[in-house]
Amino acid sequence: MHAIIEARKIEKSYGSEGDGFIQVIAPMDLSIYPGEILAVLGPSGSGKSTLLRILTGLARPSAGEVIHHGHEVGGPCENVAIVFQSFALFPWLTVLENVAAPLKARGVPEAERNARSTKILDTVGLDGFENAYPKELSGGMKQRVGFARALVVEPEVLFMDEPFSALDVLTAENLRGELLELWQSHKMPTRAVFVVTHNIEEAVLLADRIIVLGKNPATIRTDFRVMLERPRERKDARFTELVDYVYRVLTRPDLAPAREPVTAPVPRAKPKYQMLPHAQRGAVAGLLEMLVDHNGRDDMYRLAAALSFEIDDLLPVVDSAVMLGFAKVEEGDVEITPAGREFAEADILRRKELFRAAALENIALIREITRSLAARPDHTLPDGVFEDLLDEHFSEEEAKAQLETAINWGRYAELFDHDSDTHQFFFPEETPAVSEPKADSD
Amino acid sequence: MSLRPLFSRDIIGERTWSLLLDLAVFAALIAGIEGLTVIMRYWFGAVTPAAHISQSPRALPLYAFYSVVRIAVAYVLSLLFALAYGYIAAYNKPIEGIMVAVLDILQSIPVLSFLPGVMLAMVALFPTRQLGVELGAILLIFTGQVWNMAFSFYASLKSIPRELREAARIYGFGKWQRFMQLELPYGAIGLVWNSMVSVAGGWFFLMACEMFVLGKRDFRLPGLGSYLQTAADMGDNGAIFWGVGVMIGVILLIDQVVWRPAIAWSDKFKFEQVEGSAQPRSVVLNLLRRSNVLERFRVAVMAPLTERISVRAARRHAISETPPPPPSHGRMVAAMIVGALLGGTILYAVVAAMVALKTLSGAEFTTTLAAAGATFARVLVSLLIAAVWTIPAGVAIGFNPKLARVAQPFAQIAASVPATALFPVLLLAIVRLGGGLGVGSIMLMLLGTQWYVLFNVIAGAMAIPTDLREVADVFRFPRWDRWRTVILPGIFPYLITGMVTASGGAWNASIVAEYFHFRGQTLQTFGLGAQISSASDAGNFHLLLLSTVVMAGLVVCVNRGVWRPLYRLAQTRFKLEA
Repeated sequence: MHAIIEARKIEKSYGSEGDGFIQVIAPMDLSIYPGEILAVLGPSGSGKSTLLRILTGLARPSAGEVIHHGHEVGGPCENVAIVFQSFALFPWLTVLENVAAPLKARGVPEAERNARSTKILDTVGLDGFENAYPKELSGGMKQRVGFARALVVEPEVLFMDEPFSALDVLTAENLRGELLELWQSHKMPTRAVFVVTHNIEEAVLLADRIIVLGKNPATIRTDFRVMLERPRERKDARFTELVDYVYRVLTRPDLAPAREPVTAPVPRAKPKYQMLPHAQRGAVAGLLEMLVDHNGRDDMYRLAAALSFEIDDLLPVVDSAVMLGFAKVEEGDVEITPAGREFAEADILRRKELFRAAALENIALIREITRSLAARPDHTLPDGVFEDLLDEHFSEEEAKAQLETAINWGRYAELFDHDSDTHQFFFPEETPAVSEPKADSD
Repeated sequence: MSLRPLFSRDIIGERTWSLLLDLAVFAALIAGIEGLTVIMRYWFGAVTPAAHISQSPRALPLYAFYSVVRIAVAYVLSLLFALAYGYIAAYNKPIEGIMVAVLDILQSIPVLSFLPGVMLAMVALFPTRQLGVELGAILLIFTGQVWNMAFSFYASLKSIPRELREAARIYGFGKWQRFMQLELPYGAIGLVWNSMVSVAGGWFFLMACEMFVLGKRDFRLPGLGSYLQTAADMGDNGAIFWGVGVMIGVILLIDQVVWRPAIAWSDKFKFEQVEGSAQPRSVVLNLLRRSNVLERFRVAVMAPLTERISVRAARRHAISETPPPPPSHGRMVAAMIVGALLGGTILYAVVAAMVALKTLSGAEFTTTLAAAGATFARVLVSLLIAAVWTIPAGVAIGFNPKLARVAQPFAQIAASVPATALFPVLLLAIVRLGGGLGVGSIMLMLLGTQWYVLFNVIAGAMAIPTDLREVADVFRFPRWDRWRTVILPGIFPYLITGMVTASGGAWNASIVAEYFHFRGQTLQTFGLGAQISSASDAGNFHLLLLSTVVMAGLVVCVNRGVWRPLYRLAQTRFKLEA
């Protein structure tokens, strides 16, 4: 079978080789075949949306090529449509004008334009709303307009960028169902659907094929067909098993997936600084308490549900706990360490002390800041030094975020404070009696 | 679509209403044609650079008409220029930085500094027709209106949300459709508000633009500004009264007929996902929307026309869809030659300017710097006074919706009355009380600029979330703490926005505030504005150049050194986010 869109060895990176170079997407091959719904899953920041933009021709890959029916894609693809997370409707156009806009761009005369748009609006259940403005509609109805606008051009491939994540749970479920119904009854002329999501159940519910991305940089970790017949039932044992499998792949970046990934992960030099996960330390404490309640060990999937977190939001919290030495991850389970247990059961002041010790011991960046600060005669230190250092390992934006997280943690540990006006680190007024931190262990 | 009326009487009611409306629209059309012939006859008539300005109130309607036409033409030119400049700056990466910097500098150059160049060029272009002089005056007004509009459109283009842009790209919008359905609507609100500010500025400088001396040549164009100026010159209180009255009337009329409808209409371009509670309304707009004639015109002429344009543009876009060839060698060379020529011209102009400045004496340099200091001090004082009264007043209005409903229309009317219209009256009072222009000029700056601060403070106070105010109530914050922790930080971004605008306005106002012809003599006080005005009057172009460079430099420095950091602070630390 010939692919409709085929990406060959595409990669995306920013900055020049050597200096400040970050790779967002490692070289990967990916094809979209007729007749399939392809779901791409990945943690946030894994470059899913960038991938979508490269495949549609909105963005250019840094290397490699995208082939659409045998031709290399140079600009936005013809014959594809995108449904956006934020709907991306034009608020000053009526529903009808919004849906007719792509036809107008193709030079379709007004009468035909309106007829076709009205027909599509009927299909998505919006008849009677032609003359409303988007701001008068609910979120679900807005996304229906988004679908209508995408379908009116009869796209060969329908791309969707987290189309349901801005909607409430029930509305999303409803829309997903209707989309499947349209797809299965061939009421839309679309030959393939490409959906980016971070919701595992959504992927398993919709897709014929699922691709799971790993991050930093994005690589294809697994690519498999979903053999469940439709309609799919969430309570079906095979459904939950599949969801569990995807969870395991997602949550264990170090573990090779059960099936062979299409592209082997590219080995990378270990950065001098670990990447700090951007988690609130309050959430870390919450996770540890929850683990104590769950006898010290639990499945990440269940923990996420118990904490009512998306798995995406839980991952950085778990990463933080692991990095601080408070928890371990095994087989998709999180297990509390003795240090973690001590922390969870301590009172507020003791927790601070434990956190301080753990941060100094385990987090290179925090250790470095504290040590440099202690070495300065006036006990102040411009943060630019560290920003420059971090810039070598992370993108500029990420370097800022890293510093922010370090400041956040350092403040809680009362190791140092930061003045955002003067851009300086300084010791908090009551300097904790920290003994000179232990020698670097790496 | 309306419900079918039950009784025929209901139909009669509706019919008569719209018949009257249609008659009004027709009358307006006929008046427009008549106005056009009057203007054309005047413009293409023989040139009279220094017209006799009648002091009779009966001359006022025609004068008002001439002034309105000047401002309107200047405004349309400004709008077109602003759209083009903003568009080019936003879409041409290599020259974007330069274009924005140029805008920044041009914005800080006062109107009068453009006067000699613009006027002499236009008169030379049409030496035998009134058109030359008229175009000169129009271009002067244009230079006072255009920059902030260009900046607004540029900023709008740069802030279009990414996904909207992507939607336009993936659905294959051509340039025309993208402009009509994305860029222009997105920039509309900013353009409307900046248009109001610009036109108010046009009224402010009307006197300076309609009547001035350029070396030995006397320019006097029939209009409201020259009428007021002559009246003030001769100390004719009756004429001043009539002139001010007509000016205020015209401004209020324009406010109702043009700006209110424009604001109400532009509300649909607000980029919001949910409908706001308070929507601006305009009676005139509602009436226009109900007019049969306009509706027929729209259906029969406008709609097919725009449809044809858009279909043709779409087809052309589809043909040119093949990716543009990479810039060829020849084009690169051509661009480099053009760049070199441009750079050479600029370099030559700078050298010429330096040579010109060398003819000035050292004393003139020191005086200029001292004058700059004096004007700077006045700008500061006027800003301070504006802040001192507008912050408490604005917060009081903003926190109290009832008060806001009553006070806002008054404030808006007060703000739309140009300070220069009131200036003769104010000056009479000051002269009578024995004060000098030193104080008077601060008052004039204040008259023109305090409204920007007031409106922004009101908006800021309204934007403070109720929860924050309730926190202050629940914990019984003392008055000072309440101001320090809730109110001042809450209004800070708005206050800064208002102060930036006010500061620019005050600098510009100094050229009319510090130098004034009154009862046959020239009242002036020591300052940079006065120096620019007198240098222009005396035809001392070298001193004019020096003063302009100093003023522009000072304004740009203050903008970069003071306002921009404060603005950034407001955008980061004091931004109220949901």
